[in-house]
Amino acid sequence: MTTKAQAVLDWVDERFPLTSSIKGHLTEYYAPKNFNFWYFFGSLALLVLVIQIVTGIFLVMHYKPDASLNASGVPVAFASVEYIMRDVPGGWIIRYMHSTGASAFFVVVYLHMFRGLLYGSYRKPRELIWIFGTLIFLALMAEAFMGYLLPWGQMSFWGAQVIVNLFSAIPVIGPDLSVVIRGDFVVSDATLNRFFSFHVIAVPLILIGLVVAHIVALHEVGSNNPDGVEIKKKKGADGHPLDGIPFHPYYTVKDIVGVVGFLIVFSFIVFFAPEGGGYFLEFNNFVPADPLKTPPHIAPVWYFTPFYSLLRAMVWPLLGIDAKFWGVVAMGGGVVIIAFLPWLDRSPVKSIRYRGPIYKSMLTAFVIAFFILGFLGTQPPSYAFFGVIPGAPVAQLLSLFYFLFFLTMPWWSKIDKCKPEPDRVTG
Amino acid sequence: MSVDHKVDAGRRQLLLATSAAGGVAVAAVAVPFVGSLTPSERAKAAGAPVEVDISKLQPGQMMTVEWRGKPVWIINRTKEMLDSLKKTDGEVSDPNSDKPMQPEYAKNETRSIKPEILVAVGICTHLGCSPSDKFKTGPESGVSADWPGGFLCPCHGSTFDLAGRVYKSKPAPDNLEIPPHKYLADTKILIGDDGKA
Repeated sequence: MTTKAQAVLDWVDERFPLTSSIKGHLTEYYAPKNFNFWYFFGSLALLVLVIQIVTGIFLVMHYKPDASLNASGVPVAFASVEYIMRDVPGGWIIRYMHSTGASAFFVVVYLHMFRGLLYGSYRKPRELIWIFGTLIFLALMAEAFMGYLLPWGQMSFWGAQVIVNLFSAIPVIGPDLSVVIRGDFVVSDATLNRFFSFHVIAVPLILIGLVVAHIVALHEVGSNNPDGVEIKKKKGADGHPLDGIPFHPYYTVKDIVGVVGFLIVFSFIVFFAPEGGGYFLEFNNFVPADPLKTPPHIAPVWYFTPFYSLLRAMVWPLLGIDAKFWGVVAMGGGVVIIAFLPWLDRSPVKSIRYRGPIYKSMLTAFVIAFFILGFLGTQPPSYAFFGVIPGAPVAQLLSLFYFLFFLTMPWWSKIDKCKPEPDRVTG
Repeated sequence: MSVDHKVDAGRRQLLLATSAAGGVAVAAVAVPFVGSLTPSERAKAAGAPVEVDISKLQPGQMMTVEWRGKPVWIINRTKEMLDSLKKTDGEVSDPNSDKPMQPEYAKNETRSIKPEILVAVGICTHLGCSPSDKFKTGPESGVSADWPGGFLCPCHGSTFDLAGRVYKSKPAPDNLEIPPHKYLADTKILIGDDGKA
């Protein structure tokens, strides 16, 4: 570095921790050397966040959150989305990037969470990283849900109607709470405007704050790895972990490979299948919102459907409170319970590599149950497998298993026959 | 920082009092913000009653009008439809309409003022979808083989009979709401005002 540039850098460093931050988080942040495929999804989630923010900024320049009808009798909000798609130069690709980005976000986040389950990344000392992560997941759900109202299509409207009404199930304060959320007695222009505000300002701010907390906490304790052993326990003479390599350049380069792979798939969807077969953009949402008519089949977007199945599974009133309240409890509980994993898992080892047959079977069953719950959530309640096996009781049984997986974990994770962990990572 | 120093109780008290006063100020400032989230005067004013002419509504037909942004159904029930209500008495969770989901004058067998004309808010009491009408009976309805006619909510599968009474073991907790309404003339209904409020 030329002395002049060095002088500028020194000047900055005396006033701002630039060099030390780059060192602490990149060039001298030691990450385990044995990261595999599953470790792509954290950085990919960050990439999708950036895509969503940038495309979102440009969409806001043309979108109008207005539920009133224009001269042709179409809601202004709905018409402005069509305007973006048809008349704004490049508008279609920006919007498809944003709508595909929403689904992509959940794909990478679900895989990122599954990685945590595989290698016990939530275990001590990473409990706070996991809790921040669960909060990010919650914020992401709120962000996706409110964003989905903005096109003001039939699915937007009725999806919001259902979810906001969830809150009215809470005893005593529920009905007033749902009015405060909507800002009206029905989903209306007031609702659209506040969801726009939350989607564009409030939730993204929270999301970015949580992501920073997630990464700061991660860099404080250091990354886990596929062996689930702490690399900080074995340090070399230089004080760096023997099995650690600097994040930059080693993992920045590796993550670029992941980015390229991701962008190939992402671009393919944006260009050739932006509707994702009706899963990314539901066909009913190409119809403007009609407050008088619910579409014959409404279902949330795919990433909500496992939790939606938990909601639908509760049909019995308990303790004198309506079934719908318990449905809400099941749905909310299904997300919140994830945050408790660090304390539910009592296994002596972290990684699935050294876990016994019980954990492997339970995790496999859990993933299968999650997929089937997700599938059933896209189907009408009357759905039957092959036309004979009714879906509703299957969903109820799997919902029960969903919670039992977590609630009985302290017991079965303890008695599982684990293999001994190695001292150092195995490469 | 580890040096023991005596807490100046007077200053500590002043600090606490200042913090408490600041907290009260923050809470007070929050009031208009929370207030702004509640329905505006315009939203509250939008609840004007709606006048409906039902002279063209044939037996077995249904019409939908908008009242306070919600769909309100008016169904002219045939004799068979009314007879089906006796059969569903045992299958619905609140057959006598004991829960206050209707004005007093609609707390009867047919949940209506005139037996054949049902006026109901077409919003499922579960999570607010608008159920679809399934007036065809039996397997043709696509609901069940012994379906006597009624409504099916597409969202979570709640079913209602032709008086808007919810079937047992369904997610919806209550019967469909009957809005306040009155007859201005034989075929003219005013929805949203029954002259009693």
